[in-house]
Amino acid sequence: MKKIFQEIQNGKVLVSDGAWGTFLQKKGLKPGECPESWNLSRPDDVYDIARSYIDAGADMIETNSFGGNYFKLKNYGLENQVFELNKLAAEISRRAAGPDHFVLGSVGPTGKLLMMEEVTEDELYQAFKEQSMALEAGGADAIVIETMTDLEEARLAVKAASENTGCEVICTMTFDKILSGEYRTMMGISPTEMVEALIDAGATVVGANCGNGMAEMIGIVKEIRKVNAKIPILIHANAGMPQYCDGETTFPESPADMANRIKEIVEAGANIIGGCCGTTPDHICEVHHAVRIL
Amino acid sequence: MNELLVKLSDCVEFGKINLASPYPPQMKGQEGADEITKKALEEGVDPQDILMLGLMPGMERIGVKFRENKVFVPQVLMSAKAMSTALVHLKPYFLSGAARQKGTFIIGTVLGDLHDIGKNLVSMMVEGNGYKVVDLGTDVGSEKFVTAVKDNPEAVVGLSCLLTTTMASMEKITRDIKDAAPGTYVTIGGAPVNQDFCQKIGADHYSPDPQGLVEFLNAKIA
Repeated sequence: MKKIFQEIQNGKVLVSDGAWGTFLQKKGLKPGECPESWNLSRPDDVYDIARSYIDAGADMIETNSFGGNYFKLKNYGLENQVFELNKLAAEISRRAAGPDHFVLGSVGPTGKLLMMEEVTEDELYQAFKEQSMALEAGGADAIVIETMTDLEEARLAVKAASENTGCEVICTMTFDKILSGEYRTMMGISPTEMVEALIDAGATVVGANCGNGMAEMIGIVKEIRKVNAKIPILIHANAGMPQYCDGETTFPESPADMANRIKEIVEAGANIIGGCCGTTPDHICEVHHAVRIL
Repeated sequence: MNELLVKLSDCVEFGKINLASPYPPQMKGQEGADEITKKALEEGVDPQDILMLGLMPGMERIGVKFRENKVFVPQVLMSAKAMSTALVHLKPYFLSGAARQKGTFIIGTVLGDLHDIGKNLVSMMVEGNGYKVVDLGTDVGSEKFVTAVKDNPEAVVGLSCLLTTTMASMEKITRDIKDAAPGTYVTIGGAPVNQDFCQKIGADHYSPDPQGLVEFLNAKIA
């Protein structure tokens, strides 16, 4: 039963969660420390993050597993704990979500380039398969493959998740606005190129995450809607580009800034809206209220 | 100019590695940077000319196209691959002193950050533009940078990061390098940084694309 898809078919606009990485840092995660290791060493802090987004009004929360693939964990010597750390990540978010909210198992890129022969297609597929299956085992309802820039890697991740789990599969890529005013990922992929390729690989929801604030996301949603009127769209927007002052990084978009864009992005065709880097439970709370009064 | 060098610059610009490589489609079945460099050396073309008149113009053209968003990371990586293939043949001449690189560039991703795609891309572009590159890898702290600067006193340093959390690390490393070796140029790059940040931390140069860095190096070193 594809529940998220069903709710969207029924006309609902859903609210997702906000940032995890920047939240973990606020709780004391050090630069160079493996975020996923906290699922084992500091599960209560991870739970607090998940719970704070549920309390803020999110319909769904992600898991602390963005960098939980074999290749990223290998950087920390944790490559033998892929299954354990991802399963724990999903269990923690499941506990926070309860039965009434969705859990999206977060899957990020491996950091390895296929075209530079740093990794084979099969190795990528196996890594995404292992991670997705662990997230499902921990209770994830959906797998959200995010921050992708290479279409081949994204396709392999979607295929691995859809062929090896019963979860719904969401995939979002990260776009920048280029000089011509069009949107492209770092690897040159446009939102329109992305759509059919990901649906073909098995994605039931597509979209964009990270990037440069909610306003830019509206343009990306419009691009996707040009080529596909029906596919549900998920947006996880940054609170703008980071600004640096006295050793601290801050993000410029306030909860109200974000909420003010909700009507426009929903009219453009977005179905699920949440935050990425720099967004907080306050942002999600405002987004939740903006969605309720639509 | 020698026709082989014109061909070589095209191979670099379009990422044609060797005869067997299917990329780019419009150059399928043609010789690539590998064969042409070998042939040029056999014909007695000066290795310095191969670097300056063959590889560098190709690298510059792809760098400019990348800055103008006409090509993206994959095309630049293919160019860099073609260029590295050619450089393998030139290496003995650099070592013997028969050909000279323009200067030295030290690069690393800063402490706390394990991302290397951007760092590797810049490293290859700089190398292809005629510089010796000392690549310190990822998660590199002040001590390693300072040691590398002491070993290569004329070198320019490049700091890379992707995570917003490691911006503070970039500031510390910049200050430590400036304390240990005043006068060393420090350049920065990466998704979260910009000109404003560059000024705030006391670095000398920021570029949103590798070509800007190459132009800075050409102005300061070459």
